[in-house]
Amino acid sequence: MPRLFTACLLAGLAVSAPLATGAQAQTLRFGLMEDPDALDPTLARTFAGRMVFAALCDKLADIGPDLKPVPQLATRWAWSDDQKALTLTLRPGVRFHDGEPLNAAAVKFSLERHLKLPGSQRRGEIAPIDTIEAVDDLTVKINLKTPFAPLLAQFTDRAGMIVSPKAAERLGDKFATAPVCAGPYTFVERVPQDRIVVERFDDYWNKDAIQIKRIEFRPIPDTTVRLTNLRAGQLDLIERLAPTDLAQVKRDPKLKVGQAYELGFSGVVFNTAREGSPVADPRVRAAFEAAIDRSAITQVVYNGEYLAGNQWVSPRNPNYVTDHPVPKRDVAKAKALLKEAGIEKPSITMMVYANNDAPQVGQVIQAMTREAGFDVKLQATDFTTSLDQADKGNFEAYLYNWSGRPDPDGNTYSFLACKMPLNYARYCNQEADSAMNAERLTTDADQRRAAWKRLADRVLTDKPLVYLFHRKLLWAYSQRLTGFGEYPDGLVRFTGLKLD
Amino acid sequence: MVKFLARRLALAVPTLIIASMIIFALQQLLPGDTATALSGEERDPEVIAFIRAKYHLDRPLPVRYAYWAGGVLHGDLGESIRLQKPVIELIREKLPVTLELACLAMLVALVIGVPMGILSAVRPGTWIDGLANGVALWGLSVPNFWLGILMILLFSVQLGWLPASGYVPPGESLSDNLRSMAMPAFVLGNAIAAVMMRHTRAAMLGVLQSDYVRTARAKGVPTARVVLRHALPNAAIPIITLGALEFGQLLSGAVLTEQVFSVPGFGKLMVDAVFNRDFATVQGVVICTATTYILLNLAADLASALVNPKLRRA
Repeated sequence: MPRLFTACLLAGLAVSAPLATGAQAQTLRFGLMEDPDALDPTLARTFAGRMVFAALCDKLADIGPDLKPVPQLATRWAWSDDQKALTLTLRPGVRFHDGEPLNAAAVKFSLERHLKLPGSQRRGEIAPIDTIEAVDDLTVKINLKTPFAPLLAQFTDRAGMIVSPKAAERLGDKFATAPVCAGPYTFVERVPQDRIVVERFDDYWNKDAIQIKRIEFRPIPDTTVRLTNLRAGQLDLIERLAPTDLAQVKRDPKLKVGQAYELGFSGVVFNTAREGSPVADPRVRAAFEAAIDRSAITQVVYNGEYLAGNQWVSPRNPNYVTDHPVPKRDVAKAKALLKEAGIEKPSITMMVYANNDAPQVGQVIQAMTREAGFDVKLQATDFTTSLDQADKGNFEAYLYNWSGRPDPDGNTYSFLACKMPLNYARYCNQEADSAMNAERLTTDADQRRAAWKRLADRVLTDKPLVYLFHRKLLWAYSQRLTGFGEYPDGLVRFTGLKLD
Repeated sequence: MVKFLARRLALAVPTLIIASMIIFALQQLLPGDTATALSGEERDPEVIAFIRAKYHLDRPLPVRYAYWAGGVLHGDLGESIRLQKPVIELIREKLPVTLELACLAMLVALVIGVPMGILSAVRPGTWIDGLANGVALWGLSVPNFWLGILMILLFSVQLGWLPASGYVPPGESLSDNLRSMAMPAFVLGNAIAAVMMRHTRAAMLGVLQSDYVRTARAKGVPTARVVLRHALPNAAIPIITLGALEFGQLLSGAVLTEQVFSVPGFGKLMVDAVFNRDFATVQGVVICTATTYILLNLAADLASALVNPKLRRA
């Protein structure tokens, strides 16, 4: 009987068609780590969603590999002298997927939608916007309540995505079911948890740069399974390859690797407002940092692929404050600090996400700090629970990741300014606040750099957050794929991409 | 028989209500609500408050249960907050996939488990019995996840015979559908085959030692006929019950296998819903699974009653 079954199975295999058919050669199959949430740039929150938006929705500006804004839907921009107005010149002749023209009125509509749609995730990112004027068909003037230097950087992400006003009005809060933008690909279908399919848009303004006809986004959460699918030829490209799999992929002649350091950071957030906890004392936090060897963490857990760092941007980032280099491990100093604080054997509970690697990072930290006298207990929880506990202040230390933003403001303000939503550390310092306000109020590069230095002087002394390392974004793809660009925002640009 | 059916169905309704209440209450024990899960990285307090209000998450538990139960009575299982789609539609999309997977897995389990169980019961203590027991032990102890990855490495990466993941609806291409289902069905069926084999063996051993079998043998009835016609129908009752229960398990428990092979089925829907605190979806899936369980149990009882008339009075 088992033999009969095997025979049937083999017979079935023999009659069926070979794996790769002609249609697939024109289709890029892209393995994502998670299923994106709503495909509406106003409501979306997930990183995987941004991968799909890169195909569907062009932005006012893009960022180049050097983090500087480059033209996309807007070809030029200029700040007013008082830095309270930004004037954008739009690219002529651009059309939405439904054939509607992309003009100043559409941009005004989209930005106002970000500001007004209930549940908008974008409002906070562009909150300083006061009014938006369509000066003429291709000129938009954005008036601000106060100067806000990070605005242009915000427009290089979802806040800068422009949707078709006609489709948005027709679909209302159901826009995500059939998104209409002005990107290189149009939306075809979505089967939740299975696939999102997009097809080349024939009227795209830059259509000559788009070679691939069709893209299928396939969410496959398990890293090993995602890689196995790539190796089996079921996928052509995968994101977020595990650093521990890198060596294996490099050995495979059929695969290639893309890599870039991310814009964000990983670090330990301390609940500075926790009464009675040793972490409320800045000397204990300093001792904690002194007990840690950052390079050892990346060596042990990430095969040395991640980059040790001590600030909200990585040492490779143009905005890194070089006056504060990554400190070396110093156990003697850690012990001295603890003695000074009068808590020689502090016991700390650290919350970590229960994913593949965070618990390992926790264990390495646990082992290193023990030598200085710390007793670190690890509390593993799922992501949502950890956010909830962090919100409520039910933690002492929290091993945390932030995916990062092109402008350092996106990595600092929400985390370090008084009473901001991501300020889990409950940190509040006048000097730090004034430095962050100064950085927001000017677009002058030198003045902003001075403000980052002032912020670093304060925050790296107070240590509400001990920054540890910066992840490397890793992609693996079939050698048939050419023209792949590596961008620090972790998104794939489909322009210039080709599948042989 | 009609009375028997009616009594069983009447019992099913309170069972479902209690199951739905328990799952509703259990969800409350999870820290972090839907709004927290949905707000993700950005954590805008205004957005969180908006989501809470829109989906009545700020109301007390009994009120929310009443909202939900009222909807269910009108055939409305609510809307998935994360996917912004009616739960009933999600279930309609995912259930056939898992149902197909479960049927194929059950087929694998039956084809491997039952004959092996019979053979080892007919020849206890021989090498066939040893082999069958060894295979059963393997089936029980090998984790689905690991076996799945091994199979992908062999059949997809090395040999290139089968697709490593994905799902093709049978309407699109039956052969592609079977190819995409072959490995997940085998992995799932493998574990159940082991249980089936053990139960078939035990039931058959019992029946084969009974008086009427000895009588049949003494009268010179050929062994094959004794086993298949006389013994098997009597041994079938526990196997049918077990089969129904295992099938119910398959519907709700194919989680890991669906993850490994990226089969867009019920298990995946459930896991994602729990992680995203998408309570309407969790609730819908649970009710659906509970209903299936109850119906399957009913079907098993009916089948047993048909085989053995004595059971009808129970």
